[in-house]
Amino acid sequence: MKDKLFKRLEEVSTEKQFPDGTAYAGISMANTNALAREFKMPARKIDISALAGDIVPERYARNMKSFSALDQKTLLKSRVTVVGTGGLGGTVSETLARIGVGTLTLIDGDFFEESNLNRQLFSTEPLINHSKAAAAEDRIRSVNATVEVTHHACNLDDSNALELISGSDVTADCLDNLPTRFTLQTASKTARIPMVSAAVGGQSGHLTAIFPDDSGLELIFGDPKEAASLKGAEQTLGNLPYTVTTVAALECAEIVKILLHKDSTLRNRLLIIDLNDYTFETLRLN
Amino acid sequence: MTETIDLRLFATLQKFTPENSDAFVIMPNATIREVLEQIGVPVEKAKLIFVNGLKKDLDVKLGGGERVGIFPPVGGG
Repeated sequence: MKDKLFKRLEEVSTEKQFPDGTAYAGISMANTNALAREFKMPARKIDISALAGDIVPERYARNMKSFSALDQKTLLKSRVTVVGTGGLGGTVSETLARIGVGTLTLIDGDFFEESNLNRQLFSTEPLINHSKAAAAEDRIRSVNATVEVTHHACNLDDSNALELISGSDVTADCLDNLPTRFTLQTASKTARIPMVSAAVGGQSGHLTAIFPDDSGLELIFGDPKEAASLKGAEQTLGNLPYTVTTVAALECAEIVKILLHKDSTLRNRLLIIDLNDYTFETLRLN
Repeated sequence: MTETIDLRLFATLQKFTPENSDAFVIMPNATIREVLEQIGVPVEKAKLIFVNGLKKDLDVKLGGGERVGIFPPVGGG
């Protein structure tokens, strides 16, 4: 069947050109979907087979000067759990879906409020009082229907964290409170999953990557017991949309780097940004 | 000789930024804690202290010429 699929992929692929004039073999979304029906396979797996034969799904064509076919295939085979689908998590989950991370688990127990509309990508007027996680899944399905997406409209806690993140290649901390950030860190370490952790407040934000044996959040927030009562500066500063989007974009860059095993990650380093004076500084944590 | 540091305060601490913060005069062997007390920053807010790009604590002594950054962690999402 594999040979038959490769033969069909070659038949339906067409010669295309990148903007710089170099040629490539491409497959359209319609043909991916047709082959998915023909072979009774998920569309994502058709795209993985296409890339294995150096045929580029058109939806990823503009990734390809930065990624190899193998990189793109690795992303399609990757699973990321995004915890919090409000400000950071909205932009993070949409960006990961667009770039082609194949499986996304989206977790958020909150419902949209009017005060979310300034910055949370999936919040719209008709969706006030709707589940943030359910809205995220709907949006991801309309952006990239080949992504295998599930949502959990619940908060992460000690009783469910390990089960919810199980099988992930990376967890994305897009949370808005410190106790749950530490809960996610504990579960990620136990499950040996790298975690990318971002936080924002006003015009400032910070971002780091925490691997299972790293100290992690304690280096930023101090002792978890004391941190539980710590009020983050965002309580005073509020949250601005361009800060959220900037930090969410940086968080995606880091997640993709880790999924693709690239160097120069933010492991044991903290990227601090302050858009007030355009500060971007990367600092050693250990 | 007068010793100075390049002092940067971020987020909620920015309002404490003194004049000439890029050449802020310190006492000989001053600690970060003493500098923060001098400019009125509540030390419990100074969770992230960086000296020349490395994480340090409140009691590190300064010799002059350092780049010092003080950042209150944020937690919003």
